[in-house]
Amino acid sequence: MARKWVLFIALAVWTCIYPSGYASAFSPQVIQRGAVGDDVIELQARLQYLGFYNGKIDGVFGWRTYWALRNFQYEYGLPVDGLAGAETKRKLVKASKYYEQFVKEQIRQGNDFTHYGGIPLSQQVKKRGGGSSRAAITTASNVPKGFSQNDIRLMANAVYGEARGEPYIGQVAVAAVILNRLEHPSFPDTVAGVIFQPGAFTAVADGQIWLTPNETAKKAVLDAINGWDPTGGAIYYFNPATATSSWIWSRPQIKRIGNHIFCK
Amino acid sequence: MVRNILIAALVVAVIGTGYWGYREHQKKNAILIHAENNYQRAFHDLAYQIDLLHDKLGATLAMNSHASLSPALAEVWKIASEAHSDVGQLPLSLLPFNKTQEFLSKIGEFSYRTAVRDLEKEPLTKEEYKTLEALYKNAGAIRQELRNVQHLVLENNLRWMDVELALATNDQKGDNIIIDGFKAVEKNVDTFSTSSEFGPSFIGLANEEKGFVRAKGRPISKDEAKRVAREFLGLKGTEKIKVTESGNGADERFYSLTIHDSKTKGDIYMDVTKNGGYPIWALNSRPVGKPKISLHEALNRGMAFLRRHQFTGFELYDSTQYDNVAVLTFVKSENGIRIYPEAIQMKVALDNGHVVGFTARDYLSSSIPRPLPKPTLTVEEVRKKVNPHLKVMEQRQAVIMHDLQKPVLCYEFLGTLGGETYQLFINAATGLEEKVEKLESVEPNYG
Repeated sequence: MARKWVLFIALAVWTCIYPSGYASAFSPQVIQRGAVGDDVIELQARLQYLGFYNGKIDGVFGWRTYWALRNFQYEYGLPVDGLAGAETKRKLVKASKYYEQFVKEQIRQGNDFTHYGGIPLSQQVKKRGGGSSRAAITTASNVPKGFSQNDIRLMANAVYGEARGEPYIGQVAVAAVILNRLEHPSFPDTVAGVIFQPGAFTAVADGQIWLTPNETAKKAVLDAINGWDPTGGAIYYFNPATATSSWIWSRPQIKRIGNHIFCK
Repeated sequence: MVRNILIAALVVAVIGTGYWGYREHQKKNAILIHAENNYQRAFHDLAYQIDLLHDKLGATLAMNSHASLSPALAEVWKIASEAHSDVGQLPLSLLPFNKTQEFLSKIGEFSYRTAVRDLEKEPLTKEEYKTLEALYKNAGAIRQELRNVQHLVLENNLRWMDVELALATNDQKGDNIIIDGFKAVEKNVDTFSTSSEFGPSFIGLANEEKGFVRAKGRPISKDEAKRVAREFLGLKGTEKIKVTESGNGADERFYSLTIHDSKTKGDIYMDVTKNGGYPIWALNSRPVGKPKISLHEALNRGMAFLRRHQFTGFELYDSTQYDNVAVLTFVKSENGIRIYPEAIQMKVALDNGHVVGFTARDYLSSSIPRPLPKPTLTVEEVRKKVNPHLKVMEQRQAVIMHDLQKPVLCYEFLGTLGGETYQLFINAATGLEEKVEKLESVEPNYG
């Protein structure tokens, strides 16, 4: 009986000390690996507060966050599933603090910082020169395996230069051809090698590759990298209205998408 | 007076323009020479590498000790890969030169595989020696041709820029010595690679074209393909659907559908196999608004979609949020064994939870025989072979494709080492480490 009272008092004191905003900071979503955004920042910050997470608080739920969460679940007697559900979040909020203003401010300023418990926050910031303020919430991005953001940008440049007038699927198709060439023994095996192979793409030859690509081109590249190949394994394509080489016409054709014919 | 000033001004202008034109001309020339030099370097480098390749291959034939054979084969691999990269820098993409490139990449693959093998335990077979001999002979022929072209290039001051021009304008009458020379090389390789001298160990390296093994059933008509799309995508029936059949370059016949609904923005695209009418992939190009559901909720929707379309026994392998869409990868799982080659990818829009992308290409073309083999080693035996520094967090059985594109049953371990996560596959029959990969899906933003 006495124990129950202690618990009750502790709870009452706890709710008094903590502004109510803290506990309900998490949105009701179940957070899982691959997620991005504010909830992930809070999750990482709280896990770091307790010493489970030693990585960067970047707002992207990667493998490090995953193992940190599982370790937390294990230590706190929760089912170890790597999902931040209602029960896990409740226990996490109870056990840790989250200085949201501090974290958001550091992210906005682009500083290197940590959020460990027991150390004054002012000692956990390393200011970065320049101090450019950023609009993005997260300081990292999910990338498909084997590709960096710059690889994606380079491919988006090529796709935009080659096929910006094509329907969306035609842009995915051009990106897919670049990827198919990477795998093919007749072609170079790097993204840059394929794109800059002399004579391979007209957009490279006439400099249109250096136009700034739009979001559509980037999305098309991402779709192609993630496994969508509308061409059925094509390694060549050409515009029948402008193609001058008779050899390209002799290639076995797979299908036509927009103004391009895709072939083996 | 006025006339004189006018004349003087004109003279100045003419001289000025002339000077400017001369400077421009010089600049252009400098750039052309620079480009030409890049081509020349790649070409002469290629000739040298092939020369070296021929010599090294010859040396491997004479070697007897395994201790010297492995490094020699590793060197062959390196040279072949450099030659392959040189070819990629020459303006040959409009010239049929792929046989030679394929040849180089196959030499590389063959020498790599034999170099990394423990030749003490598993010496080169008779067939592999025959392959080596054939490679040597073929490399010798290519070398001869290339040296010849090289001689002509140097002798006659031939320029690669002219090759590029001739190829681009498809100049039929102008016979270009370089083009002819490379055509001769290509022809040479062609006759070699079709001859039986290479033996099965070499032919086996060629990537087999895999069709849609799983797509069984009678051929369907275009109207039936439309019906498949309506059912699969949950269409209302008022949309305009355009169907075209694949050309003769496709490995297997399929229909391509473009679905246009005037009420929604963005068309839906879909391919359906002709045999049996299986959806290969679908992609909705509509713009996706701000996220309203979580990645986890998207996963639930994706799972429900799979169940609704009779894809049973799939589990989530990977989930990633890219801006407003979730990309999910599911793999087939049988009795707790993940079959990685049988994967399905899906895109779920986070604004309304609808599936906006689907691809089952891998799943449809997988031909892994069932029942799956039983592991001969226990997980405890295999676990001893894991690097002791790796902290194993998860383990399970899995089927993957190994280097030679054959399915193998493995024990899969997920573990951490120094803050990084690694995925290990260890053969459940032999205990060999088949594949070790560092898993990294997050990249910091720059700038």
